[in-house]
Amino acid sequence: MNYKETGADKAFTFINYTVLTMLFIAVAYPLIYVISASFSSSSAIIQGKVFLWPVNFNLDGYKAVFNYASIMTGFANSSFYMIVGTSVNIALTVMIAYPLSRQNLIGKRVISLMLIFTMIFNAGLIPNYLLIDKLDLIDKRAVMIIPKALNVWNVMITITYFRRTIPKELLEASQIDGCDDFKFIRMVVLPLSKPILAVITLFYAVEHWNAFFDAFLYIKSASLRPLQIVLREILVQNQISMDMISSIDPENLAVKENLATLLKYSLIIVSSLPLMLLYPFIQKYFVKGVMVGSVKG
Amino acid sequence: MKSTSRKNNKIRKKGFFKRSLKRDWQLYVLLLLPLTYIIVFKYVPLWGVQIAFKNFVATKGIGGSEWADPLFKNFIKFFSDYNFWRVIKNTLGLSLYGLIAGFPLPIIFALSLNYVRNVKFKKTIQMITYAPHFISTVVIVGMLLQFFSTRTGIINQIIMSMGFNEINFFGTKGTFPHMYVWSQIWQSLGFSSIIYIATLAGIDPSLHEAAIMDGANKVRRMWHIDLPGIMPTAIVLLTLNLGRILNVGFEKVLLMQNPVNLNQSEIISTYVYKIGFQSALPQFSYSTAIGIFQSIVGFILIVTFNKISRKVSESSLF
Repeated sequence: MNYKETGADKAFTFINYTVLTMLFIAVAYPLIYVISASFSSSSAIIQGKVFLWPVNFNLDGYKAVFNYASIMTGFANSSFYMIVGTSVNIALTVMIAYPLSRQNLIGKRVISLMLIFTMIFNAGLIPNYLLIDKLDLIDKRAVMIIPKALNVWNVMITITYFRRTIPKELLEASQIDGCDDFKFIRMVVLPLSKPILAVITLFYAVEHWNAFFDAFLYIKSASLRPLQIVLREILVQNQISMDMISSIDPENLAVKENLATLLKYSLIIVSSLPLMLLYPFIQKYFVKGVMVGSVKG
Repeated sequence: MKSTSRKNNKIRKKGFFKRSLKRDWQLYVLLLLPLTYIIVFKYVPLWGVQIAFKNFVATKGIGGSEWADPLFKNFIKFFSDYNFWRVIKNTLGLSLYGLIAGFPLPIIFALSLNYVRNVKFKKTIQMITYAPHFISTVVIVGMLLQFFSTRTGIINQIIMSMGFNEINFFGTKGTFPHMYVWSQIWQSLGFSSIIYIATLAGIDPSLHEAAIMDGANKVRRMWHIDLPGIMPTAIVLLTLNLGRILNVGFEKVLLMQNPVNLNQSEIISTYVYKIGFQSALPQFSYSTAIGIFQSIVGFILIVTFNKISRKVSESSLF
């Protein structure tokens, strides 16, 4: 709509843009700094020369990351947990959400109440641990997938989406054409639900890729560890095995220590990359997904 | 007369159920697996909650362990625990600080973004501010440690370049809540604003047009149209947040803990974890009791606030 801005409006617009720009810088700066540092030389970081752009551009940090065996193991494990886990999630979510989106299914109300109840009451740490122990899942790959097979919140969003976007007439028409439920889901529901499937795929993938505590509690073997556990050792506990870095032949201890700092920045980038690559493709569906999810009941 | 009609009703219902089963059997087949999951992983652990009232012995199992005497022994133990007040104070303190500092910001951000006409500027801001949401907690804590580290951290390098002495942020008492809360806000600001942005997009544009006709400027329109428009959403979210007031981000606090900040950073959930898994003698029953206490307080807060908000603003969660 076109109209002439008054003086007060001009002032408002000016302040608004200023505030937003400042907020933008506050969020973006740490991200830019990490990226720049990861491409700089370790001595430039230590001496405080990196401020905005990379200084003495080089890839030593990334070389160190890719030469670090346990990082690569963690990367492979996390990828496995994410891909298999998310596939299981999507399958189960559609399997429960579609029937519950059908108006006349007997028992729908009871099942919905059962789901909502789990959102309010959670048994807590110890009872869950005892169950995992009883099911003999401790230190198994499956422990990263099966206990997280469904997220009730994502189920709720999906139900609402199905109910809103799959018209009843469509079901009736295809039933007249002799379409059964399995076929209807495959041929009609899934193709119509790409936006919501994209959003929950991202949510589930993020959950799996960033999962830390489950692994911390249930995974013991080094060979099964996801990336987040390795990240904790390196980034938080500062346990960097110098032997791993030595393949880039640092001559003395100081250089090794500097390289450890550089390695951390590169590691932050490498470990966040998979999600950052996935996210721009799905970003456009966010508003729709959130809108659907915010509807009550 | 009446009884026969009721009987007929029953028969009809039975027939209805049979027909539904026959017609929708494929849907019930689909439900089988997910329902099994829900029952096994969400309801079976609830049965295990009873160990809070027992003297749990691993070899005897959940059902076989003896009831505690008195029944609320583990709860009483928590209330008289010398850590009780410290843990409650830290949990509530962190939570309230996070809520007061973090709750209004996404609203202000969304309102502000709503008046940006330049689509490119708007999209860029959204793209960048959503991104931190996808960074894992471990990496966030890692970034904090890097940025605030002495000697090599960028924050200290800036402080020193301005001629001040460097600060050992992680080794100083009292810095923990600020680092925790503000890094949380940095990470979640953009993503939490999405819901408000979506709500604002749903406000009827004719309201704005009418207001412009009446000579209202942008500030007035924001105050009288946009803000009331997102109030119901804001109240629902506030209620949900209050219910989670005792569930401060457990992972992040656990990762950020060190001996210097422990006095401020020990919260209910980290305490539950330590009692259950880290002590020399794991006390599963005691730990579960503390967890239950946390859920009950959260539940009471949600119900209470819901009642208040229904009275005050006529919008509520349920």
